[in-house]
Amino acid sequence: MTAAANRTKFIKGATGDWEVVIGMEIHAQVTSRSKLFSGASTAFGGDPNSHVSLVDAAMPGMLPVINEECVRQAVRTGLGLKAQINLRSVFDRKNYFYPDLPQGYQISQYKHPIVGEGEVVVDVTPTEQIRVGIERLHLEQDAGKSLHDQSPTSSFVDLNRSGVALMEIVSRPDLRSAEEARAYVTKLRTILRYLGTCDGDMEKGSLRADVNVSVRKPGAPLGTRCEIKNVNSIRFIGQAVEVEARRQIAILEDGGKIDQETRLFDPGRGETRAMRSKEEAHDYRYFPDPDLLPLEFEQTLVDELASALPELPDAKKARFMSDYGLASYDAGVLVMERDTADYFEDMVREGADAKAAANWLINEYFGRLNKAGLTIETGPVSARANSAIVQMVSGDVISGKIAKDLIEIVWEAGPQADPRKIVEERGMKQVTDTGAIEAAVDAIIAANPDKVEQAKAKPTMLGWFVGQVMKQTGGKANPQSVNELLKSKLGL
Amino acid sequence: MSVDQATVRRIAHLARIAVKDEDVPHLQGELNAILAFVEELNSVDVSDVEPMTSVVPMQMKMRRDEVTDHAGAQAVVANAPLHEDSFFTVPKVVE
Repeated sequence: MTAAANRTKFIKGATGDWEVVIGMEIHAQVTSRSKLFSGASTAFGGDPNSHVSLVDAAMPGMLPVINEECVRQAVRTGLGLKAQINLRSVFDRKNYFYPDLPQGYQISQYKHPIVGEGEVVVDVTPTEQIRVGIERLHLEQDAGKSLHDQSPTSSFVDLNRSGVALMEIVSRPDLRSAEEARAYVTKLRTILRYLGTCDGDMEKGSLRADVNVSVRKPGAPLGTRCEIKNVNSIRFIGQAVEVEARRQIAILEDGGKIDQETRLFDPGRGETRAMRSKEEAHDYRYFPDPDLLPLEFEQTLVDELASALPELPDAKKARFMSDYGLASYDAGVLVMERDTADYFEDMVREGADAKAAANWLINEYFGRLNKAGLTIETGPVSARANSAIVQMVSGDVISGKIAKDLIEIVWEAGPQADPRKIVEERGMKQVTDTGAIEAAVDAIIAANPDKVEQAKAKPTMLGWFVGQVMKQTGGKANPQSVNELLKSKLGL
Repeated sequence: MSVDQATVRRIAHLARIAVKDEDVPHLQGELNAILAFVEELNSVDVSDVEPMTSVVPMQMKMRRDEVTDHAGAQAVVANAPLHEDSFFTVPKVVE
């Protein structure tokens, strides 16, 4: 990134420009059937304490046994982040007390994580790309969940999540604005979903971010950072960065100093506040977990997993641009979700022109899905049907306007609908027969001599005539023929 | 290396062990005796020795990703001092 591009991201303070520096720790729940160290289910939303083994409840004498699939998922993720895979890593105990942590420690990885340095390429805007360094990825256990609103005097603890595998993905402090922070998490989420290693469902807590924010005068050494814990939506991540940076700038410009502390973002009030437990500086006293041997595997496992990785979003985007001639932005939108990219390619395979299919999806179909609160998987129109619609427009069988009416009908009719049959049955075909269009054009001209006069002085009147002819033909006239005929008849 | 009384209190607090003031000097002595022993071990040069993680050379056993274990909520909370509707209940902790 150039210095000039960077400057536009500075925040204006009373004493001049400030640069925001952001690093992130993302906690991503590993997609697996059972927990990291026990055979209990990871299913979301069970009755309280129904997905808990005695290992997760930390009953005396229980010993952890690692889930091999969680190890594979971490390796796959490391490969997707173009990161160093460590064939030997070590599990440590991170010691602290909280009611939803029955062991009194979390099994995590400290000095020797399973994945080392990597990199993520992030499109911040259609024209700006940044590279974000990954420092490490390690495996650890999730904690249980405390509910504080069930009783005035006690907290209720549910251990269903206790022991579920998480990947903590730590970035370098390479982000410089709320926008970059949002784009980074969005991209990371996309990669995880492509890999199938985390479902990325932020509403269910499958992906949470701890956001480290500091500010400095451009070129100055890094400032003191604050960590905003557990931000659970991409929009909130952006807001939290924004308000925290402004809070720090205000303190520094008043001559104060920043205390390194852990804070919470309150979306309702749009502010961050210090967590109450800050009086106790964290001292986790990490040490290697004596219940677990070092985690070791062969390079052949890594190679085997690497060869089975799906095409990842960056590669897919490059292919969409080179094979289909799509613009960078359009390709970027289509590869955001693997299902969307597959749907697009299904449309092309069914015969639609790639650029036309991309335009139709991005400008028409996605809008309809959004409005209805549906996704590409749950939407009612099949790739085959959308492909047929696009092909009919490209082949001048129907007009673009009719296409919008048609999708409405297909939408209602559901995935089995055949757009070609509907066009046939309802007589929606475009009139390309110049004789019929000419008759309509002549009729309109004859009926509006005053408008014809006006059009001679003001050629933009043409649009009105086109509209009238389309109305007369029920939107089925080929707009290009209508235009040409009108121009010649009106002498424009 | 040795610890002072403030460190003894801090370690006790981190471990959530209630230590009476009059017991602190005694515990300080015990801890320092252990540390002195460790100090002695430190005099051996082990810089080119791999840390031993297991008495017999073996690799960590792994499990297949299968749901094999569900104790059932009643069994899980059975020994808890307090529970309600299958939740553990504890004195209120609010962040």
